[in-house]
Amino acid sequence: MKSKIFETFAQAVADIPDGATIMIGGFGHAVDKPQNLISALRDRGVRNLTIIANSAGAAGRLGIGSLGGKPFVDEEILVENRQVKKVICSVPASLVMSKPNAFEKQYLAGEIELEYVPQGTLAERIRAGGAGVGAFYTPTGVGTLVEKGKEKRVIDGKEMLLEFALRADYALIKAYRADTMGNLIYRGIMRSFNAIMAMAAKVTIAEVEQIVPTGEIEPEAVVTPAIFVDRLIEIPGEKQL
Amino acid sequence: MKERLDRQTIALRVAREFPDGAVVNLGGGIPALAANYVPEGRTVIFHAENGVLGFGGIPGSPEEENPYFLGANGLPFSALPGMCFFHHADSFAMIRGGHIDITVLGALQVSETGDLANWTFPERGVGNIGGAMDLAVGCPRVIVAMEHTTPRGQLKILKQCTYPLTAARCVNLIVTDIAVIEVTGEGLVLKEVAPGWTPEEVQIYTEPKLLVSPGVKEIEL
Repeated sequence: MKSKIFETFAQAVADIPDGATIMIGGFGHAVDKPQNLISALRDRGVRNLTIIANSAGAAGRLGIGSLGGKPFVDEEILVENRQVKKVICSVPASLVMSKPNAFEKQYLAGEIELEYVPQGTLAERIRAGGAGVGAFYTPTGVGTLVEKGKEKRVIDGKEMLLEFALRADYALIKAYRADTMGNLIYRGIMRSFNAIMAMAAKVTIAEVEQIVPTGEIEPEAVVTPAIFVDRLIEIPGEKQL
Repeated sequence: MKERLDRQTIALRVAREFPDGAVVNLGGGIPALAANYVPEGRTVIFHAENGVLGFGGIPGSPEEENPYFLGANGLPFSALPGMCFFHHADSFAMIRGGHIDITVLGALQVSETGDLANWTFPERGVGNIGGAMDLAVGCPRVIVAMEHTTPRGQLKILKQCTYPLTAARCVNLIVTDIAVIEVTGEGLVLKEVAPGWTPEEVQIYTEPKLLVSPGVKEIEL
């Protein structure tokens, strides 16, 4: 069987083309973001990307979601570098209104597209995409601007909106530990969008803090089964954890 | 100017709404402060939408902080026995599925019928929905914790919200720096006033007509 392990982050993203749809995992904290893969994608310079993520990069530069308020890499560096055509997310704007992020500057100037998705709807659309479900009805967003253009239906006496599944060409995710087959486990709050995006892309690339020999992860502990993971790369210097 | 309750005291009043054993999700700002005021003898299970249930308070020292233990508000939490982690689809299944008993959210505006607007205002041109729409729709009990008026003195409790809605008819209770107001089918019922305030004075800062509860009393501090 061909090894899934890559030696450099640049190699792991080397075939991502212009115009690709890319899921980027994590909620928006330093430990849940695939920071190295995001940086490699920025360095690769491909453009016209559609990004599906919880946020368009709302907190990393501000250091919200890291210990000691230390800044970290998030989607904002791709937006800043003008690589992004459209963002599908729940948190597009900066968490601190007086410090606008790159996305909102470009959005207010009409230079980037946005599809607002409530966070739970985003998670479920991704889960559906990974599970082969085409669409579902949800009560979230009824009576708000999110319902615009969507089919509405009363189910069990409750108004609901039809929401379609999301899939991507690539998913960039972060996990704590992988075995060489690609089975993944997470630590603390790392699962967030990582564990569901792993299932919803044609190619899932996982950056992990440790790669261990296959067999070292207890079968019962596996969160993301290896068949969802196509490429693996270990973050240098994190092995001691 | 009459004295208003500070943010900590609003949070203290909110926390009295948590029954023993309740599962609670707290939004950012004043709501998050309510975690510190769970009444003695009650156990509350806190949920954060980034995938954790049953976590403890902010660690006492920076050395005890763990980068893998950060809540949706970005603040570190400590481990408690029985704490568990899960991914976003499960986290919002808990929310939408009605498994989180109470959510406490901040608000920009609340209407007479319990409509909530808390994610943006037109002048900003963009905003963050985050998990608010799911929480407002999915949680059986929605408590709003906020200052009664804006810093510029504009009213926030209105006949109808003018800002984009988070969800319609979702708010059950409003706790502010001058009052506690229940949203009912008949309208807004004033249950409690801040020390030194009268129902008439609270009405001045509230657009819809308040129905004064026969048992209206001062907020106990």
